[in-house]
Amino acid sequence: MEDKGLRADLVIISQWIKESTKVLDLGCGDGTLLAYLREKRNVQGYGLEINAFNIEDCIEKQINVIQADLNDGLKSYFADNSFDCVIMSQTLQATEQPDLLIEEMLRVGGEGIVTFPNMAHWSARLQLGLKGIMPVTKNLPNQWFNTPNVHLCTLNDFEVLCKNHDIKILQRTVVDYSHKQGSWLINLFPNLLGEIAIYRFCRHQR
Amino acid sequence: MPKLLADDSVGIVESQRAQFTKPLTLECGKTLDAYDIVYETYGELNASASNAILICHALTGDHHAAGYYSVDDKKAGWWDSAIGPGKPIDTNMFFVVCINNLGGCRGSSGPNTINPETGKYWGPDFPIVTVRDWVKSQHRFMQWLEINAWCAVIGGSLGGMQVLQWSIDYPDLLKHAVVIAAAPKLSAQNIAFNEVARQSIMSDPDFCGGRYLEKNTVPRGGLMLARMLGHITYLSDDAMRDKFGRELREGKLNFGFDVDFQVESYLRYQGRSFVDRFDANTYLLMTKTLDYFDPAREYNDDLAAALKQTSAHFLVVSFTTDWRFAPERSHEIVKALLQAEKQLSYVEIEAKQGHDAFLIPIPHYMNIFSSHMKNIAAALT
Repeated sequence: MEDKGLRADLVIISQWIKESTKVLDLGCGDGTLLAYLREKRNVQGYGLEINAFNIEDCIEKQINVIQADLNDGLKSYFADNSFDCVIMSQTLQATEQPDLLIEEMLRVGGEGIVTFPNMAHWSARLQLGLKGIMPVTKNLPNQWFNTPNVHLCTLNDFEVLCKNHDIKILQRTVVDYSHKQGSWLINLFPNLLGEIAIYRFCRHQR
Repeated sequence: MPKLLADDSVGIVESQRAQFTKPLTLECGKTLDAYDIVYETYGELNASASNAILICHALTGDHHAAGYYSVDDKKAGWWDSAIGPGKPIDTNMFFVVCINNLGGCRGSSGPNTINPETGKYWGPDFPIVTVRDWVKSQHRFMQWLEINAWCAVIGGSLGGMQVLQWSIDYPDLLKHAVVIAAAPKLSAQNIAFNEVARQSIMSDPDFCGGRYLEKNTVPRGGLMLARMLGHITYLSDDAMRDKFGRELREGKLNFGFDVDFQVESYLRYQGRSFVDRFDANTYLLMTKTLDYFDPAREYNDDLAAALKQTSAHFLVVSFTTDWRFAPERSHEIVKALLQAEKQLSYVEIEAKQGHDAFLIPIPHYMNIFSSHMKNIAAALT
């Protein structure tokens, strides 16, 4: 499996995952990331997914997938500290209670990784600030009335949440439209130029 | 049956019989000195005997899982929807085995066969067999077939419980376990339904303390009632509404106690036709087998501990409107497997048919099942 073709945020996540660890992917979609991690990092992974078609794809890829609704929480299935890392990519903004879910991620795992579309990206700001309309972008393609993304946030919002919940941010990166990361400009103004935010975090006292 | 066999049918099949003379000690403490097992197989065993699949039947099932007995046979085996060339359990790939469990009434030793000690029908004297006893007898049967291990053990409902027991009792003798519409043990409500069914059989005057065959009679009314009750629990409220609604059989109310509504007519038909193919003592026995199933009990009620040793990969499937063994019951199995760090997938199929859904070729269900089995076939050696 090539890195090419893997979604930009997934490439970065896979670089952050250590060899031979145990990983839980919340909202694992069609299982692409877990299949990649299994092959490249020898990761033992489980995925949670709600969509029936995605489940079919996961089964085809021989991913350990559990059909479940993240909004029901993780309590019914997972004991404390069952995983080295819990991933939630492009899913946080569509959950009912993101703050509780992040707490749950750190209950069942040592570390968490989330990715989400940055609502403060310049294109979103332009649409809201100048045109006065709810932003519709490549990463947020839905209209306000049919979007599943009920809890959108910005980099700053997420960092305030972490602070209030005593969560230590271990790593942060952003990617833009062209999926470039690490340019000096984007690092200087991540909340303006970053389209997708990617965070790795853990409990503070660790 | 069909004048022309469909391409994906296993075709005309024959039951076979295996005789066992080595005594089998049962959980209840009694011993069966000798017993017969009737079975069917579909597909070919490969050279390394690595492609054998055991199908475990449910409460009223038997060894006739697929195909037809003759060209005049109207009904295919009970899981014909899933077994055959190109179907999820693909007989071009796998050697599929299904047996009639001990205590059954379709040819294997059971209450309606002769007790060699007395020369009379076993009737109520046939010992109560448990899921664990069944699995033990299935293991002996596997050895008799000269198969070292199953590539997969698959079952729905009570069949799924046998799959769980297999993975606990013979943790290295199955590579894959497919547990469909099952539960790790019965709830009080499940047991209550079974008890009403048993009472209806035993209170039939023709039951004769279970010795009805010797007296050349059958507790028809009681067995029919038991089946009618069971059938209600197999269907969802929605499925019944869709199928019957409040439709009247004769288009008008009759102001009497005979059949007014189609649903009554359907249940009576189901009950009557069941009496012709099933034995009342077997029904009593197998509902007890269900009630007693609780493999976690000897592991301090810790199902994860019970499953700790198994090397099997699991596929667990439930159906949204199944209220006999609801999705929540499958969640218990999934939770235990996760705690035991097993390889598993869990799918909750959107279906309106209730518990019966596991026998119905719902496209999403069949897609999942097929993909999973194809992966198993691809890894065969």
